[in-house]
Amino acid sequence: MTMTSDFVEMKIPAEPEYVGVVRLTVSGIANRMGYSYDDIEDIKIAVSEACTNAVNHAYPEEEVGQVTVGFGVYEDRLEVMVLDRGKSFNFEEIQGKLGPVNSEKSIEQLNEGGLGLFLIESLMDKVEISGEDGVVVMMTKFLHRDGVEVDASKVSSSPQQ
Amino acid sequence: MNLQIKQEDQDNIHELSLSGEVDAFTAPQLREKLMPLTEKEGETIVVKLANVNYMDSTGLGVFVGALKSSKQNNSTLKLTGMTSRVHRLFEITGLDEVIDIEDVKGGSV
Repeated sequence: MTMTSDFVEMKIPAEPEYVGVVRLTVSGIANRMGYSYDDIEDIKIAVSEACTNAVNHAYPEEEVGQVTVGFGVYEDRLEVMVLDRGKSFNFEEIQGKLGPVNSEKSIEQLNEGGLGLFLIESLMDKVEISGEDGVVVMMTKFLHRDGVEVDASKVSSSPQQ
Repeated sequence: MNLQIKQEDQDNIHELSLSGEVDAFTAPQLREKLMPLTEKEGETIVVKLANVNYMDSTGLGVFVGALKSSKQNNSTLKLTGMTSRVHRLFEITGLDEVIDIEDVKGGSV
């Protein structure tokens, strides 16, 4: 297994107007990696949902915190981490701490963004959430370079009716 | 990263034409326009989504709220012309079963 990867990190103020900036960034990264149009749109929505949750729920009204977003660019996948604390994170250390989504605590924490979390899980291949020190959402989308869609239930670009 | 909302009213039919992106930043704008229309008795509200190129759960949330409010007030909410991309979100969340959606556009532009 190769460990070769690039890592991009950005920090945004925890304000809704910056969610679109993260969306543009991830769209650029995913596009460069060669994802299909539909996959890029899925990634954009999932990453926006995680950022929206962080922006809306992480900080009390009067305090403007920061949201850190990390993009792990691998040969076969894109990993995106959204952390609702303004500090930098150690990519590998946090990777070790993440557990599966269905741990009750993390669902409860993200409860108000329940629809958003549901979409993240539906649109990405793997999602993990850790609530130990702020909330970290880590999501992975695999890159299928052969052009064959693994998930046949995806909406095709042709009209259905 | 913006949303334009154009409103046209004819008798008790109100049409909102949206273009741009519905996300955490722009959803409050949409809510502000849409909710008051649903709070009147016996109105029809048609939201045209053909030019919406991005939407996420914040937009779905606004439409869920508007649907509830319109039902309480015996009004009708209709969404028309959305792209299959946007429609997919309604499908995944099961909202296509409860919201009146017409004329989904096949192309994904």
